[in-house]
Amino acid sequence: MDITGLVCDRQQENVMICAEEGREGAAANHLILEIKDLFVDYETDDGVVHAVNGMNMKLGRKQTLGLVGETGAGKTTTALSILRLVPNPPGVIKSGAILLDGQDVFALSEHDMRKLRGSFVSMIFQDPMTSLNPVITVGEQIAEVIREHQKLSKKEADEAALEMLEIVGIARDRFDDYPHQFSGGMKQRVIIAIALACSPKLLIADEPTTALDVTIQAQILEVMKGLKEKYDTSMIMITHDLGIVAEICDLVSVVYAGSVVEHGTLEEVFKHPCHPYTEGLFLSLPNINSRSEMLQPIPGLMPDPTEKYETCPFAPRCHYATEHCRKQLPAKHWFSSTHYAVCAGYDAPEFRLNRRSGQ
Amino acid sequence: MTDTILEVKGLKKYFSTPRGLLYAVDDVSFSIERGKTLGLVGESGCGKSTTGRAILRLLEPTGGEVYFEGRNVAKLSRKQFHKLRRDMQIIFQDPFSSLDPRMSVGKIIAEPIIINKLIKDKSALEKRVAELMEIVGLAPRLINSYPHELDGGRRQRIGVARALSLNPKFIICDEPVSALDVSIQAQILNLLKQLQKDMGLTYIFITHDLSVVNHFSDEIAVMYLGKIIEHAPTVALFDNPIHPYTKALLSAIPVPDLDHQRQRIIIKGEITSPINLPDECRFAPRCRHTRPECRQGQPPLVEVQERHFVACPFGMGLD
Repeated sequence: MDITGLVCDRQQENVMICAEEGREGAAANHLILEIKDLFVDYETDDGVVHAVNGMNMKLGRKQTLGLVGETGAGKTTTALSILRLVPNPPGVIKSGAILLDGQDVFALSEHDMRKLRGSFVSMIFQDPMTSLNPVITVGEQIAEVIREHQKLSKKEADEAALEMLEIVGIARDRFDDYPHQFSGGMKQRVIIAIALACSPKLLIADEPTTALDVTIQAQILEVMKGLKEKYDTSMIMITHDLGIVAEICDLVSVVYAGSVVEHGTLEEVFKHPCHPYTEGLFLSLPNINSRSEMLQPIPGLMPDPTEKYETCPFAPRCHYATEHCRKQLPAKHWFSSTHYAVCAGYDAPEFRLNRRSGQ
Repeated sequence: MTDTILEVKGLKKYFSTPRGLLYAVDDVSFSIERGKTLGLVGESGCGKSTTGRAILRLLEPTGGEVYFEGRNVAKLSRKQFHKLRRDMQIIFQDPFSSLDPRMSVGKIIAEPIIINKLIKDKSALEKRVAELMEIVGLAPRLINSYPHELDGGRRQRIGVARALSLNPKFIICDEPVSALDVSIQAQILNLLKQLQKDMGLTYIFITHDLSVVNHFSDEIAVMYLGKIIEHAPTVALFDNPIHPYTKALLSAIPVPDLDHQRQRIIIKGEITSPINLPDECRFAPRCRHTRPECRQGQPPLVEVQERHFVACPFGMGLD
């Protein structure tokens, strides 16, 4: 794809954004989740950490979004904000809005929020070893969620929990076992069963397989793919593993220093990455299919999150950075109605990434 | 004539547990040529780290022999072995827990030199520490910093500098990058590779991440439940895996390439308990090709193609 014709100047860009909003406005009721310009800080004794800096996200029905970025990019804080579970103190939502199915999350009472969690939106946490209650049987932990959200008798809830166990591939007779009797992969299956017990419309999976071995990871991804299809669930897959994104996601948001630096469909981002950071991520991966001598790492480190930046946060590590990048915050540049990158490089019409030739 | 630096013969490490013997490493043999890298690959609990530690006698082996430059490591006296250990170092997985939080960067790097009484002169020692920090890419101003002030990548650089401080010939890298972010991972991998080139180091690279060893190793040994089940030159292993477990393992890696075509093999079940194992192929309970013969005794590691060893009697004829 030749991107020259698609790189728009500021004026055109505005037009395109309006056009996009118009289109999506018509279909607004299909948006499961919308995050608008979210800012989240952690106010600690040692200073204020700006974890999320202007995060934007839109997710429609049945879509799966991969949220990709490194440690400290603000992926998990964004996810916790959706569930309103950011620990406070020290976490403070500074500004922005999150709409779940059109409802403003921050305007809901705690009671209503509790009703949403688990039934409309649920989350799978990274570490299966610590997210289950060690003194309650796994069956009871699944049934508990079901009883909380659906008017079912204990017996009916137990039956529903048994079905969930079977769906995620655990034998029914393990209903009365405790978490310590399960291996890591099996525990993660139990957690998936809990998360999906009330067939939520949105599932947030925060590095669900990072703690697992590859062959077990393959099993779990298979289970998740199947269930997503079965229940028409929308999903946010938080991961640092681009391989998992390629496998399971339709859309990709690449996150750096608390905001999205590139967003597009899986095809767009993987075949034509437009942000230098995205390109850098691909280049630094050891690839099974190539045996080049040296990897090409991204030099330097993530920026200090206690500093508020006024220019591009990636510029100090960027291969393409110029003086221009160090003058102002970069603007969004659209390459198609679904693909954008936040990079000042594209202010120059002839700018193009050239380190990674398209696959 | 090949220049073998390390030879491991029938290495065994059993742990006794209340429920019986745990076969962590069971009859593992391999050798490495000087200046090469052997990737030791497998999933958690397969015995790869225990193998590394048994080679260095950080864990006393239950049986078997380790020859380093022709000398049987187990036969050496404590004193002789101490001296030999200067040539054999290890870089640990977790740069967050493997460094003493109360020691400064400079002290951590200097400690092995002081213990081995290699450099007694203070200014010469300072010079050596500064030199090591430069080699691994640590800024000189960090010399008085403490590990908690540094990020994972820098901490792992300290681990590398410490391992290099005694001018070793051989380093065991035990998952040196698995706790790091991808962009930092590449920095450390490149550093290790450069050091190998510059100093002629020999590595055993222990990891669960096959894409990392593919990039890094000359040969790969795949372990399953304490045994090596396939051992081959890297290219042969990736292009032509023979053991059903290796095949499944390779197919399970998510690849960040949309054009990558492959058939995923999902292994059923989970790794068997390594305690009181029956005398049968260790992978038989999960293998999709299991035949009655697989249940009778453990298949030996056999050379099926040049330098390509497989412990599966049916490997070549499957699929």
